[in-house]
Amino acid sequence: MDKKLVIPGEFLSDDPSLADEGTYVENNKVFSTVFGIASFKNRVRVVPMAGKYIPKPGDMILGVIKEVTYSNWIVDIRSPYDGLLHISEFPRRIENDEMSKYLKLGDSIMTLVRDVDANMKVELTLNDQRLRPIKEGRIIEVTPSKVPRFIGRSGSMIALLKNETKCNIFIGQNGRIWITGKDNGMDLAIKSILKIERESHISGLTDRITNFIKEAKGEKIKVKKPESEGILDELLGDEK
Amino acid sequence: MSKPEKLIENGIRLDGRKPDELRPIKIEVGVLNRADGSCYFEFGGNKVIAAVYGPREVHPRHQQRSNSAVVRYRYNMASFSVEDRKRPGPDRRSIEVSKVSREALEPVIFQEYFPRSAIDIFVEVLQADAGTRTAGINAASIALADAGIPMKSLVSACAVGKIDDTLVLDLNKDEDNYGQADMPIAMTPDGNITLIQMDGHLTKDEFKEALEMAKTGCIAIHEMQKAALTEKYSAQMEGENNE
Repeated sequence: MDKKLVIPGEFLSDDPSLADEGTYVENNKVFSTVFGIASFKNRVRVVPMAGKYIPKPGDMILGVIKEVTYSNWIVDIRSPYDGLLHISEFPRRIENDEMSKYLKLGDSIMTLVRDVDANMKVELTLNDQRLRPIKEGRIIEVTPSKVPRFIGRSGSMIALLKNETKCNIFIGQNGRIWITGKDNGMDLAIKSILKIERESHISGLTDRITNFIKEAKGEKIKVKKPESEGILDELLGDEK
Repeated sequence: MSKPEKLIENGIRLDGRKPDELRPIKIEVGVLNRADGSCYFEFGGNKVIAAVYGPREVHPRHQQRSNSAVVRYRYNMASFSVEDRKRPGPDRRSIEVSKVSREALEPVIFQEYFPRSAIDIFVEVLQADAGTRTAGINAASIALADAGIPMKSLVSACAVGKIDDTLVLDLNKDEDNYGQADMPIAMTPDGNITLIQMDGHLTKDEFKEALEMAKTGCIAIHEMQKAALTEKYSAQMEGENNE
């Protein structure tokens, strides 16, 4: 197996050149820094089971306006550090006294981390085609370190969720997920996302989520197949 | 309880333990939903709960450090944790315990990863029976790991003492009250000591032996800490692999 649950300080490898995120090197040996899942594919890295979001330039995230100052919006980005959105980073030229007209306290935005300096001053921008204020839909919060599991290998998990629930889903790097679509689709999407959150460390995740969604949909047409367990066994059998 | 005639007889202590035996330990990880990481820790008659918050914004602002996180540790005894009611609130002793416990954990935390932030550790003693600071450190180090905070390793702690001229591991209340020495020690699994205190008297040779005993005790505790953390997830993981 190339995955393992490790605790801080656990020995991982003898080759310091393989050390990646979540590890440190001492006396030419690689140890884990966090409590999480270590993977030994290509490089040695540990994905923590918990932890706060630490902003990096280039991250697409979801923020909530928590203060409007003379020339900046201060944005809660679910991190120890606040995000700053300067008035000049708004896609259109607006006057200082009209800032609240465009983005007011409590509004949600999809935003991009433009720069983070050594003092952890986080500069955000809305100057990108993909970015916009959020007007409809729902936002739920998940563990930031698990974000890659929601996206899946080359986007397979998010594609699955989008297809099955007919919702539009955007996953921010800070662990906020924005869902828009029909009410029952959103309900199902949220249920599936919470299931992924709980079981992200167990292998065969995609198959289980596929089954979960099928089952949930099956219930809605109120035909609970008695052989559904047999199907599950078959799928798990394939996995072996 | 008044002073018993003998604290140790034929190598058996008052509570039936051998000199190098720890009290039973029970650990539960992630017991608090609000905290980022938490741990309930039973160490014989000691019952403590640790909660970790952060990294988060520093309040008051002047405590902020521009190049690293500040670690704050609050050790607090509940008023009902001891036989006579303990007057609530910080006192000389709990401020001291907070300081030494913080310094026992700071060396393993990668504080420089989170400039301008705070990592808050709260340890509440629900029931005390000698060795609450070691129980608190054990619990806090698990809670830190549970919160996903990067560390060099866990920290494990236990006390060694002298009763009736015999060195014993992990004193209980009576042994602490009527014994000759008490020495709490915290260390990383590779043997780096992060806390050592002593009250009472030990000879140089006794001190050396006591240190070795504490090391064995801490390694045993470290194994239990590791087991408690992995237990939270591994049961499911293995079940999946065996299918």
